[in-house]
This record gives sequence, C-alpha cells and structure tokens, in this order.
Amino acid sequence: MSKVSDIETHTIAVLVDNEPGVLARVIGLFSGRGYNIESLTVAEVDPRENLSRITVVTSGTPMVIEQIKAQLRRLVPVHVVRDLTDEGPRVERELALIKVAGPGDKRIESLRLADIFRARVVDSTIESFVFEMTGSPEKLNAFIHLMEPLGLVDVSRTGVVAISRGAGRF
Amino acid sequence: MSATAMSGAEMVIKALLDQGVDVVFGYPGGAVLPIYDALFKQNQLRHILVRHEQAAVHAAEGYARTTGKVGVVLVTSGPGATNAVTGLTDALMDSIPIVCLTGQVPTHLIGNDAFQEADTTGITRPCTKHNYLIKDVNRLARVMHEAFYVARSGRPGPVVVDLPKDVLLALGAYTPPASVQHKTYRPQTSPDRAKVADAIELIARAKRPIFYGGGGLINSGEKACALFKELIRATGAPVTLTLMGLGAYPAADKQFLGMLGMHGTYEANHAMHQCDLMINIGARFDDRVTGRLNAFSPDSKKIHVDIDPSSVNKNVRVDLPIIGDAAETLAEMLKVWKAKHLKADTKALSAWWRQIEEWRRRDCLSYEKSDRIIKPQYALERLYAKTRGREVYITTEVGQHQMWAAQFFKFEAPHHWMTSGGLGTMGYGLPAAMGVQIAHPDALVIDIAGEASILMNIQEMSTVAQYRLPVKVFILNNQYMGMVRQWQELMHGGRYSESYTASLPDFVKLAEAFGAVGLRATKPSQVDGVIDEMLKVDRAVIVDVAVDQTENCFPMIPSGAAHNEMLLGPRDTQPSGPVSEEGMVLV
Repeated sequence: MSKVSDIETHTIAVLVDNEPGVLARVIGLFSGRGYNIESLTVAEVDPRENLSRITVVTSGTPMVIEQIKAQLRRLVPVHVVRDLTDEGPRVERELALIKVAGPGDKRIESLRLADIFRARVVDSTIESFVFEMTGSPEKLNAFIHLMEPLGLVDVSRTGVVAISRGAGRF
Repeated sequence: MSATAMSGAEMVIKALLDQGVDVVFGYPGGAVLPIYDALFKQNQLRHILVRHEQAAVHAAEGYARTTGKVGVVLVTSGPGATNAVTGLTDALMDSIPIVCLTGQVPTHLIGNDAFQEADTTGITRPCTKHNYLIKDVNRLARVMHEAFYVARSGRPGPVVVDLPKDVLLALGAYTPPASVQHKTYRPQTSPDRAKVADAIELIARAKRPIFYGGGGLINSGEKACALFKELIRATGAPVTLTLMGLGAYPAADKQFLGMLGMHGTYEANHAMHQCDLMINIGARFDDRVTGRLNAFSPDSKKIHVDIDPSSVNKNVRVDLPIIGDAAETLAEMLKVWKAKHLKADTKALSAWWRQIEEWRRRDCLSYEKSDRIIKPQYALERLYAKTRGREVYITTEVGQHQMWAAQFFKFEAPHHWMTSGGLGTMGYGLPAAMGVQIAHPDALVIDIAGEASILMNIQEMSTVAQYRLPVKVFILNNQYMGMVRQWQELMHGGRYSESYTASLPDFVKLAEAFGAVGLRATKPSQVDGVIDEMLKVDRAVIVDVAVDQTENCFPMIPSGAAHNEMLLGPRDTQPSGPVSEEGMVLV
C-alpha cells in the first residue's frame, strides 16, 4: 500500500505528431489506466515537422510515474517524452482570466491587489473587471483566493506550460 | 516502380500482396464492396468468409500465432467493426500481430450518423496498438505499409485501418513498401551488452536459479526458442513456462517443471518462490502467475528480458531489466557464457534439483481415476497419447478444459499451441482452429472446448464446411461453465448462479446439421474408440465427451493468495472458504 507521502507530482512534456486523434490517444491512456491528470495543455510548436507539445501535470508513486512515461513512449505517434520535474530546473507558467464583480470598497481593493500581483485589466465595466494574470500556479492560486471575498465571479485557466532552464532542448 | 493511378481498393489488394499476405479472413458489407469487387477480379489473395466478424479476428490470430506472420482481417463499417472489437482486444492482450481493415462511410458523411456508421477509430483506440483513418487516397498505400510495420515490430499487436468508401473508389498513386520508413516508432531490439554480461554473472553464481519463459519467446520465433533451450541446457537450471509460452521449451525434457501460475504445477510455483535468481524471458509477471504481489518470490533477484519497456517494473520490481528482442538477447547471453567458459555451480544445483524432485513427488496433477465416469483429465491424457508422433496443433476455448489442456497436453515445439490467455475469450478456439488449418492444410488441428464456450462461435461450423477444413472439436462436456462453477463452489458457498449450461443442443446432430461428423462418448471405455474414429475421419468432427461435472481444476492458487499457497485437491479447501476478503474482489 502506498502512503500519501509516496505520491509525487511530475510535469511531463510530450512531443507528438500533430494529427487528429493523437490527443485523444494520450488522454485515453491516462483515463484507461487510471492515471491522474492535474492539468494538460497542448498546442502546435513546429509547423514544418507537424509537431505538437503536450504538457501534462500528473501525480502518483515513483513506480506509477515511471509506468506513465513508459506507456507514453510506447504510443506510435509519440516522438519524445521528457520528465521536466526529474531533469533539473525549469520554468512553469500558467495564464488565468479572473472575473471579479465587487461593489464599492471591494471593487477598489480588488484593483489594488491586482496591481500588487501585476495582473492586467483586460475588461472593465461599472460593475466588474476581468483580470489577466500569468505566473506560477501558486501565484494564481493565491490571487484567486484573495478575490473570493471581493466578488469573484468566474475563473478560466489554461493549465501549466513548462520549459527547462538553460540552452538544452525541452 | 512508376506510380500508376489505381483505385484505393486496388491499392489495398496490392499493398497486402506486397506485404506477403496470402489469406484474408473477412465478411463483406456495403462500405467494403469496392475491396470485395477488387478481390473478385484477382486470384492471388485468398479470402476466407467467416460467419461472424469476431471469428474473422480470432481466425487471423490463430493463423498469426502458428505462422509468425501478420494475420489480416477485412470487415465492413458499423457493426462489422464493432463485432471485431473483442478479437482486437484479445490480440492486444496476447500481443498478436494483426492488421484489421474496416470499411467506413464516405468522408463527407463521417459524424453524420450515417447508415452503418460507427466511430471505429474512437472505439478501437484503446484496444489496438495503433489505428488509422485514411482520408486521402494518395496516403493509403503508405499507411497500409506502416500498419504492417507497426503490427509486427517491437511487441506485436493489432492495428486497425479505417477505410472510407469514397477513398476506396478514388484514384491515386501507389507507394511501394521499400520507401516507407517510420518517423517515430523504432523499437529497440538489441540488448545492452553490459547488462547482458551482468546477467550472465548472476546466472553463473546463482545457487537456485530458475528460467521463467513467456509468450515473448513465441513471438520472437523458433530461433529464440532454440537459443532458450541451449542456454538452459548449458546452465542446467530448471525452467517453467507461462500459458502463452508453452512450447518454447520441450515439455518432455527433465529440466521442465511444467506451467506455472494459478493452475500451474506445485513444483513450478514453489521453485519460483524459493529461487535465488529468477530469469524472466518474454513474460510479463501477470497476476495469474504472481499471486499476491507482496509475497511473490520476495527473496530472489530478478532479471527481466522484454522488448516492451512499459512491461518492465510494472507490477514487480526487477533488479536487472534488459530491453531487447528475446532471440538477440539470448544469442548475446550464450556468446558471453561461452566466451567466459562458464560452468554452472553443480554442487549447489544438485541440492536445488533434489528439492525440486521432492516437490515433484507430490504428483500435483494426479486425479481420482474412475471406470464409471469419464474424468476430463483422462480424456485429455488419451487424446495426447493418441496424437503423439503426428503434426498436431491445439487451440482451446476458455475455462477448466483450457487449464487441463495446458497441464496434460505436452508441447515440444512452439507454434503448436493457440489459446486466449490475457483476455480469456470464450469462443476463441473454433475460429482460431480454422485459421491454423488454413495455415497447415494437411495437419491435425484440434479445438479442445467446453460445451459453454463452443456455442459462442458455433456458427463457424459453416465456414469449416465451406472450406472443407477437417478441424476436430473435442468438447469436454460437463454441463456447466466449469471454471465459473469452481469459483462459485470455492468462494460463493456453492451458489451456482447462472453457471449451468441449460438447454444444450445434441452436439452430434448439430455436427451433422453442419455437414460434419458427430461422435459421442459417455463411458471411459468408449474414449479410445471415439478418439480413433475422430482421427480416422478426414472431415470436420465434433466429439461430445460427457465428463464428470464435479471435477475441479487443481492445483489452484486461490485469488488473493501467495503463489506458493496452492490448493492441491478437494480436501484442501477449508470450511470457511479459501479466499480472504481482499481476494474476493479479484477476478
């Protein structure tokens, strides 16, 4: 039996063919084998070679994480699988659009906090703001938490993208 | 070769021929009429018409497993494709190379709920190694060649190619196979030399080694099995095989301990538990073999040779994983063994063999003989005895009869044993036997069946009649779904819920209705005569052998138990039942 302390969170970058069905295949792998997806982003990164990059944040025991990587590598349209958590320092960023509709003092406070967090206002009405914020998931979580008592209406997040620090690929 | 304009359907035929295919198992339908038209106009590629698409895939599996070639299936869209899903899942679980061509509605109708439309690529994504939907006829040939490459490379598996009807009718340019190279999928077949050297070191120093061989040896081929035998003879070690690996090592040889696992022999399971070095070649530590994982051979070092990296360290932590093809790895191992002039530790090995002989003396496969009622084990012993010295191929259905067949039928060479291991698909045996008979027209092919399983694809007796396949169906008829009944007896207080096979047909009349010969044995004294008759007839035969309904399959590792905690007979079961609460939830 695995203890809670055994569970690790890993950010894995997968380079795949940009073909219909490939994303469904990767997600099917996770759901079919009961692996956890905390967040997943995908976009084309190389139009010439027709490649997309999927960044998935998953958690499990070390043996499960190794299995996930091995199962991903086994998929025919997968080119490369890199465990960014294991491979050294990396940059992780997420983007969020946060709608807040607080009256009076709450409105002012939300704007002040947005300024402190270096969020930008991308929509404003007399009753509401939409803030755009980029940063680590922890920073986003902290800001959203602060907006809750100030009239938080809705949040739309992209999920984590990550890249290794330094000059190496990935 | 110049690229000539061909229709998609003609390209399909040409690609199959270029890939060395001589036979296709299939069933027509609206979406694949263009291919059937092209088939009609040629006579190089043979088509076997089955009576259910599931049987087409099982037949292709039997064909593939006995020849080592890729099995090819052709079915139509919608229900044709969905009927094939069971067979594809079976092929995926047992790593059988299959290319399954499915028809599809025209591209402009996809997603429109058209007649006989199904999301074939969506449905088969999790049950195939890979699948393709071809939307451009100019990519068709390339995809066909790639499909064969993927099906047979690395760990073999089923590949689906979904072909919309308008693509089959369109004209395009054909690409020959030589110019097709895969960008990403390049499985590693050569093992790491340093790791092989380490493995040989461990083998030479082991005091209680055991070789554990699986289906990967069969998939790798005869060369792998020959090298496996050579290495085991050189080391003097004992060897056991999984259900899928039977035949990889000659069963009559004294170093063979019998099959291991849930219904494996006492000596094989104990040797696996007590060994100090376990050498796994081409097996996957399946739950039928390991029993409770935390009690699986806890004190041994484990070497695992496998071509699929995701199979390594999946359930069992191994000390020395080696990724590679079985034949290439075994060749390298033998090279190192001979180069270092290594000899096994004969003193330690003699002690190990003395222990093994003690376990063997338990005679775990013994059963209570009877001259009143036919014991299933007796029927199979007689079948084996009377087919020795002949070129015989055995397929099975699933259940108690399958386990007894594995225990009592001995295989000296690979490619003679076809069974559904990973998925355990009832109804596999008869169509698989058809596939084997097509591959070996002059050989003796026997489907060892249970009366419940044989009904699942009984319609294939019509296929057998059409192609005059002299397949022998040997039914061990105990009027129950035997394995289900056994579990209900041992774990559910004998509540035989829905496991009685009610309203059975008269199998003799059924055989005759299909143009085959029907034979029956109800007393032990009749068994030999009925087998002789079955072997003499050069036509399809169904033999209905009425066997003891109460007989259970032993040894048995109850679910949730450790692999060295076997029940050896009816007297071993405790009144409270042999299975823990944790064990109850396991299949």
